[in-house]
Amino acid sequence: MSADFLYGIEVILNGLMAGVLYALVALGFVLIFKASGIFNYAQGVMALFAALTLVGIMEGQVPFAHMINAIFGTEIHHFGWHVPALLAIFLTLCVMVAFAWAVQKFVFRHLVGQEPIILFMATIGLAYFLEGMGDLMWGSDIKTLKVGLPQGGSRWIEDMTSGLGGDDFYGFFIDKLDMVATVVAAILVMSLIAFAQYSKQGRAMRAVADDHQAALSVGISLNFIWVLVWSLAGLVALVAGVMWGAKSGVQFSLSLIALKALPVLMLGGFTSIPGAIVGGLIIGVGEKLFEYTIGGMIGGATENWFAYVLALIFLVFRPQGLFGEKIIERV
Amino acid sequence: MKDSYVTPDGRTIGGVLMDMRGITLRFGGVEAIKDISFDIREGEIRAIIGPNGAGKSSMLNVISGFYHPQEGEVWFRGAKRPTMRPYDVARQGIARTFQNIALFEGMSVLDNVMCGRLTHMKTGIFSQALWHGAAQREEVENREAVERIIDFLEIQAIRKTPVGRLPYGLKKRVELARALAAEPKLLLLDEPMAGMNVEEKEDMSRFILDVNDEFGTTIALIEHDMGVVMDLSDRVVVMDYGRKIGDGTPDEVRGNQEVIDAYLGVAHD
Amino acid sequence: MFYREAGDFKTSYEADSQTFPIKFDRYRFWAVLAVAYLVIPFIINDYWANAILVPFLIYTIAAIGLNILTGYCGQVSLGTGGFMAVGAYAMYKLMTAFPDVSVVIHVFLAGGITAVVGAAFGLPSLRIKGFYLAVATLAAQFFLVWLFNKVEWFYNYSASGQINAPERFVGGIAVTGPNTDAWAKYMICLVFVTVCAIVARNLTRGTVGRKWMAIRDMDIAAEIIGVNPLQAKLSAFAVSSFFIGISGALFFSVYLGAVEVGEAFGIQKSFLVLFMVIIGGLGSIFGSFAGAGFLVLLPVALKVIGVDLLGWPTDIVAHLQLVIIGALIMFFLIKEPHGLAQFWRIAKEKLRLWPFPY
Repeated sequence: MSADFLYGIEVILNGLMAGVLYALVALGFVLIFKASGIFNYAQGVMALFAALTLVGIMEGQVPFAHMINAIFGTEIHHFGWHVPALLAIFLTLCVMVAFAWAVQKFVFRHLVGQEPIILFMATIGLAYFLEGMGDLMWGSDIKTLKVGLPQGGSRWIEDMTSGLGGDDFYGFFIDKLDMVATVVAAILVMSLIAFAQYSKQGRAMRAVADDHQAALSVGISLNFIWVLVWSLAGLVALVAGVMWGAKSGVQFSLSLIALKALPVLMLGGFTSIPGAIVGGLIIGVGEKLFEYTIGGMIGGATENWFAYVLALIFLVFRPQGLFGEKIIERV
Repeated sequence: MKDSYVTPDGRTIGGVLMDMRGITLRFGGVEAIKDISFDIREGEIRAIIGPNGAGKSSMLNVISGFYHPQEGEVWFRGAKRPTMRPYDVARQGIARTFQNIALFEGMSVLDNVMCGRLTHMKTGIFSQALWHGAAQREEVENREAVERIIDFLEIQAIRKTPVGRLPYGLKKRVELARALAAEPKLLLLDEPMAGMNVEEKEDMSRFILDVNDEFGTTIALIEHDMGVVMDLSDRVVVMDYGRKIGDGTPDEVRGNQEVIDAYLGVAHD
Repeated sequence: MFYREAGDFKTSYEADSQTFPIKFDRYRFWAVLAVAYLVIPFIINDYWANAILVPFLIYTIAAIGLNILTGYCGQVSLGTGGFMAVGAYAMYKLMTAFPDVSVVIHVFLAGGITAVVGAAFGLPSLRIKGFYLAVATLAAQFFLVWLFNKVEWFYNYSASGQINAPERFVGGIAVTGPNTDAWAKYMICLVFVTVCAIVARNLTRGTVGRKWMAIRDMDIAAEIIGVNPLQAKLSAFAVSSFFIGISGALFFSVYLGAVEVGEAFGIQKSFLVLFMVIIGGLGSIFGSFAGAGFLVLLPVALKVIGVDLLGWPTDIVAHLQLVIIGALIMFFLIKEPHGLAQFWRIAKEKLRLWPFPY
């Protein structure tokens, strides 16, 4: 096998693993959208916020330290303790649930029945709010997240595969963290699907997605379901934030993964869980392959827009996405 | 059939305005309309009746270009109509109202009715941007036409009210005003009296008769209230399960055994 | 007591469709114009021009543009930053390629070029609706910024990748370049704002505006009264992009003077202009002024209060600003989707009936 071909396969493998993470973020969108019709632009910032909170709790940072210092002229920074990773993850999850409750209570309860586009714009406002809040609480410097995940390329895979090609081929380079992330994301995706399909709350969630009023009339609490889906989205955000944060540090650019997930959704359809997964894989592989084959010729950095243009072209021919329900317009 | 005739109340009914020939409409495997033919003559009030799900609204949607039948031809003013989008149909002079009111909720009553005249307004975007000259002249001319219709339907007082604030009955009237503003050759009314009380129905009936009488507008309407249909219309098409089961004057239709069965139900043996 | 319609009888339909139906509003409008043209240019200084007035005027043009597309035609766009970049780079190429032609013509041409680009990116709007479209416009945003970054022809192969506005004159007075006086910057922007606002007002009160609003309120009903949806949406995209292109051209040539595309026209700019439109009021020309003014003033006010008065570090104030803007957006969407313009309208309504509200 020629080295070029093998490197192409390596690109695809890396694309698939990036795609799983895209799918994970996209799944957070789909969950909220299905249950409440809200297209949650803030999903990416939620991931950033979750990661910031996790680091903050682990390091024992004092929330709003900068602001308190500025106002009262004090010099506080840390409580002086360190919280073990698992406990910190649990505490962060509690914060995300509280956040879900607050969002529902103070914002979206008052917007029930509004047009989807108004809700969408409200989530853009939420994204700004949360971004500023995260920075105020934990500071905006780049942080490293150490929760004990493996780092670096896998020597083992490299050694095992180096014999496949000729002398130009040194084996597949695959990041260990990417592999862990892929496994975790796959487990999370499967358990979310199982939850939605088989649990009582999952059934209620699907009922709400289908018809708010009908769900209300059989005794499902809309409020509870909405807090539940926002919490689940918070969980997804936390996982995505940990994976991405461990890889490239906890910083503002982390929130941009939401922008990566949008074309995934357009491709897969806003209401489809399998769509989010397949769409994520297609975008992940597609943008890596495009950059590998054509990107170099036209100046590189095509990953910024390739996914969008692909999704746009695709949508013109199939407006409901790959797995979305066909939109039938009734007159 | 004669080319034109005079009705007992003295209106002249002209030749065929619209001719539907062998229309068949399918959604997937379901046949919503099965091989239906009927015509609408100039100046008449033509009713389409039938039980729920008979395909009446689908028929109206075929006429106004939302649905395109798989088989059959639509002839309008003596020419076969090609497959058209609804806005082209509107430009041919066919206006309509909807069963569930389709007004522009964000605009005032006046703007809504002015919208009805869009097919008559031709100035380009650059003239519009300058406003003075052709664009303003056109606006004023059309405004005069619209004001006549507002007077006619007695909605002067709510001219500048946003449509969203109006009660149901008035909304129906504004929708009629918007359709009339286009000065259509054929006016389609989809259940103009649905959800109205007796008084409002009487008002609406009077307006429909007046429109037909004063402007000579040809009207095709769908309605459930049998009393209203029989009083208003010159001729009636009866549909059931997508087929045509009767066609003729109200009296003829009333005596038709199949129609009676469809409405009263019949024992299957 | 003088804020009344009574006694101010309209005797023609021209008079009835004018912009300010109440006499007092007309007087106030002329007074504002007089102050803007005859007073401010003589008292303006560099700080006021660069910190507040010039960005306010330029953002107003962009907000009017986006308001036409989103507020009047109902098509949400997140590509404003990208379209502003088209205006800026078109302006740069025109200024350097035809140095003898007046910059005023260049600005209009830049708007025209942006209109063509905008209409092209508006094509999918026939098939894609709602937030699918909003997300699709992000494709325009990312692709255009990437394009201006990577294709060297657009920045004349300069090593820095920046574009710099050369010095140009209108009637012998410098309006671009480093030696421009504050009042000259202000005046050229003011003239463009005036023209754009009048054109936008004329378009939205006539046939074209009704077509847009018909599409916004109910596209099926719009078709039935003879509106071709593709034509209406594309004209909205084109007109909207024309204004946004003009604002981008001015933003680059008059206001900043030197621009790096990712920094000046990134996605944050798209959101900023969208927020102006939401806070000011969807579907209101006045709201575009109000929204732009509000969001230009807010950071300045926060800086004056937070940094200068309270002595807080700038980064905290910057974060606080994000929190406040986000909270305000949610507040406005919950309490008053029609924005500041609606508060103003309600106040006027009350005043009109005062002191006998029933």
